[in-house]
Amino acid sequence: MHDKTLTELAAGLSAGDFSSRELTDHFLGRIERLDGEINSFITVTAEQAQASADAADATRRQGDAGPLNGLPLALKDLFCTQGVRTSCGSRMLDNFVSPYDATLVERLAAAGTVSLGKTNMDEFAMGSSNESSYYGPVKNPWDLAAVPGGSSGGSAAAVAAGLTPAALGTDTGGSIRQPAAFCGITGLKPTYGRVSRYGMVAYASSLDQGGPMARSAEDCALLLGAIAGHDPRDSTSVTRGVPDYQAELNAPLAGLRIGLPREYFGEGLDPDVEAAVREAIRVYESLGASVQDISLPHTNLAIPAYYVIAPAEASSNLSRFDGVRFGHRCENPSDLIDLYKRSRAEGFGSEVKRRILMGTHTLSEGFFDAYYKKAQQVRRLIRQDFLDAFDEVDVLMGPAAPTPAFDLGANKDPLSMYLQDIYTIAINLAGIPGISVPAGFVGQRPTGLQILGPHFAESQLLNVAHQFQQATDWHLKRPSFGEENS
Amino acid sequence: MQWETVIGLEVHVQLATQSKIFSGASTAFGAAPNTQACAVDLGLPGVLPVLNESAVAMAVQFGLGINAEIPEVSVFDRKNYFYADLPKGYQTSQMYHPIVGPGEVEIVLGDDRTKRIRVHHAHLEEDAGKSLHEDYHGMSGIDLNRAGTPLLEIVSEPDMRSAAEAVAYLRAIHAIVTYLGVSDGNMAEGSMRCDVNVSVRPEGQSAFGTRAEIKNVNSFRFVERAIAFEVERQIELIEDGGQVVQETRLYDPELDETRSMRTKEEANDYRYFPCPDLLPVVLDRAYVDHLRSTLPELPAEKRARFENELGLSAYDAGVLSSSRPMAEYFEAVKEVCGDAKLAANWVQGELSGQLNRENLSIADSLVTAQQLGELVSRVKDETINGKAAKQVFAALWNGEGDSADAIIEAKGLKQVTDTGAIEAMIDEVIAESPVQVAQYQDADPDKRGKMIGYFVGQVMKASRGTANPQQVNALLKQKLAP
Repeated sequence: MHDKTLTELAAGLSAGDFSSRELTDHFLGRIERLDGEINSFITVTAEQAQASADAADATRRQGDAGPLNGLPLALKDLFCTQGVRTSCGSRMLDNFVSPYDATLVERLAAAGTVSLGKTNMDEFAMGSSNESSYYGPVKNPWDLAAVPGGSSGGSAAAVAAGLTPAALGTDTGGSIRQPAAFCGITGLKPTYGRVSRYGMVAYASSLDQGGPMARSAEDCALLLGAIAGHDPRDSTSVTRGVPDYQAELNAPLAGLRIGLPREYFGEGLDPDVEAAVREAIRVYESLGASVQDISLPHTNLAIPAYYVIAPAEASSNLSRFDGVRFGHRCENPSDLIDLYKRSRAEGFGSEVKRRILMGTHTLSEGFFDAYYKKAQQVRRLIRQDFLDAFDEVDVLMGPAAPTPAFDLGANKDPLSMYLQDIYTIAINLAGIPGISVPAGFVGQRPTGLQILGPHFAESQLLNVAHQFQQATDWHLKRPSFGEENS
Repeated sequence: MQWETVIGLEVHVQLATQSKIFSGASTAFGAAPNTQACAVDLGLPGVLPVLNESAVAMAVQFGLGINAEIPEVSVFDRKNYFYADLPKGYQTSQMYHPIVGPGEVEIVLGDDRTKRIRVHHAHLEEDAGKSLHEDYHGMSGIDLNRAGTPLLEIVSEPDMRSAAEAVAYLRAIHAIVTYLGVSDGNMAEGSMRCDVNVSVRPEGQSAFGTRAEIKNVNSFRFVERAIAFEVERQIELIEDGGQVVQETRLYDPELDETRSMRTKEEANDYRYFPCPDLLPVVLDRAYVDHLRSTLPELPAEKRARFENELGLSAYDAGVLSSSRPMAEYFEAVKEVCGDAKLAANWVQGELSGQLNRENLSIADSLVTAQQLGELVSRVKDETINGKAAKQVFAALWNGEGDSADAIIEAKGLKQVTDTGAIEAMIDEVIAESPVQVAQYQDADPDKRGKMIGYFVGQVMKASRGTANPQQVNALLKQKLAP
């Protein structure tokens, strides 16, 4: 069962081949047996999952089952879940049990899905390797010596290892697409504003966006349909209607204009990764697409701009973790300042502290214009690069990350870690959607093709990704991890 | 040396919305601690603000009420600082693009002169919670009911030159917001409080002196006292060879003094930046025009109308337009009795006196405007004389009858104008006062005017106040003539 896609499982539930309870128990069993090795879950909610599964089965017996009814899922541990710890991978929130559900959690529950638990992540979604989690690193099921990518590393590894058929992740600078690429799964970052951020613990509010991580583009389409749409509780979510994301999956690609940003194929790109991406492009040409080179001239400014804007917002967003109302509080504070200092010093890990310091600095008097304002100007230029590119082509393609998954502990220096996101970060600054699909291997480690489209072009991205997956079988490959035990 | 005082005010007005500025929680005052704080107000992880449209409407109404520019776009910024009763670690405010641009407020000074005070801008922001330092045995309690309450901060230019002007400005703001109904203006409950910027400079000098900011002053009287103390402190300091330091001070009403809270060096760097969770507020012209069309008549217009159209004195017009309930009461009395001057006299005289004695506001008056209007009508048509009218008023106040007419009837206060009846009473008084009559008639004619008062009093007494005093006077003169 764990080798099937979400779409196949939905069909199986619908046909009565198995119940949601059986499916849920199967995945819970795998998590129990196998997750000790990869550490992809922070919290497993077995009892609630079984109860939800039973409820979903009852709904199906009454004939009220929607398309997602009874399907198990996992949630990145920054989606607030009522009555369940929501840790953000941080000691700061190790004791935080949310009193409310995030909008996406509510919508998935209303659709009858079953949450298996909360997945591991870089602390407060800050990282590209899942090594900054308070709960320890996640291992890549394709190679236990490798990282799964980050920050949604737990979600990606759990899907790849067959511990859940799909998961929700979030993407602020590549945190869905890069781990999807590293773990050989499909991950979609929707257009900013397409899905609600309410109840998603904020890292960088103007960049954060939740999205599906699954085995196939078809699965992502199924999930996106359930989570997308306006939320009156999130002023930045758009009122625009939600299309049927499955409707266009099978549209032919003849005439599709693909742009290859020159800047995404330059220095620093692993030649094997490049070869895999070029091979994927040839598949598209064989499907009738045309390919042209294109330039995104401000690409080299994306990382600097991102590391001004994201830490600035984070420094403010994370101020609420002060030990006063929830989260970690130090022992016996002598006064308010001592309470703040020690609670935050003890509660946050070093990458989070680094970004709070950077953000506090760039927003401070005398630096604001030089950093924050300038970065916002750069952001507009980057966005314009994409808008100009989409005047000429329908989609852009390139690698999701410059290398395949690297070894655990390999990137000790923060700067080299930040450079991991070189192909993903600009997309968040521009607010456009992007999807990463499996496109081959470098050794035993997967690599991903990233496809980018204009704002709200999710249907097209899913169509383009799905057609690739109809023509190739990279997304069907499974790691040998756990096979001897299953 | 002669010193000039320079004052600027930042007035925080709590807007009278039902719910908070960024959440659906209630803004009602006085609930048990933390019962009116929802997930958004508590700043729980993952929550997001949603702007309350009525707070925007109220802010715009205020802006229109002071003839301010209303920019098409305003933006919320985060003001970052840590405090235990500030749940998110930042206050959502408007630093760079406030909702209300420059405007002006007219104030009336003691000698009925008016002066225009410029308003630099007004911006929307959320209130913080409250720290409770008593009763917790070395700990502090936090009440977040107030967190997220919408505030309009109205920032004046440094245009005021005395404590009296500052108080007049504050009263004018109070009148405008209560006229508009955008705030209840209740200072005791903190619905209006202000930060006072005070500096002094030698008269004739154009550069401003160094200012001190007195935080969170919450009554008209305290504003006046705090400025008086602060001005004296600064002048003494300078005259003794010292220098005023730019700092934040606190007014202590018990000691009637201001004390230093923190100096500029200790001031926070608030790291303002645009709040990424809220979209810029874009107001289209039609929306602003619609709000403009719903504005009530405001105090300055009312004052002018009272003076020019109703013929009231500048003083009366000022007092009667000073608050909306007062103006509405007065206008209702005037409607009923048809005489603006008489209505003004009664509202400011008998009614205000009674309200002051019982420490009531006009909204709590035990005599309705309708009742008072009818009473004034009876004075105007001479059904009763002034003395009887006071009795009727007292009776109305004490609930002895529903209307002036009923009380006049029941108490028999109708003015006696029947000459025969008055003559009969006069004859009786004269018959009973032979000594006084003799004195009167023997007196120098110049002194008789005063002496007649005794007889008038006796006749009025005999009539239980109902006799027409002019008639009594005239008839007495005739009858007492030697």
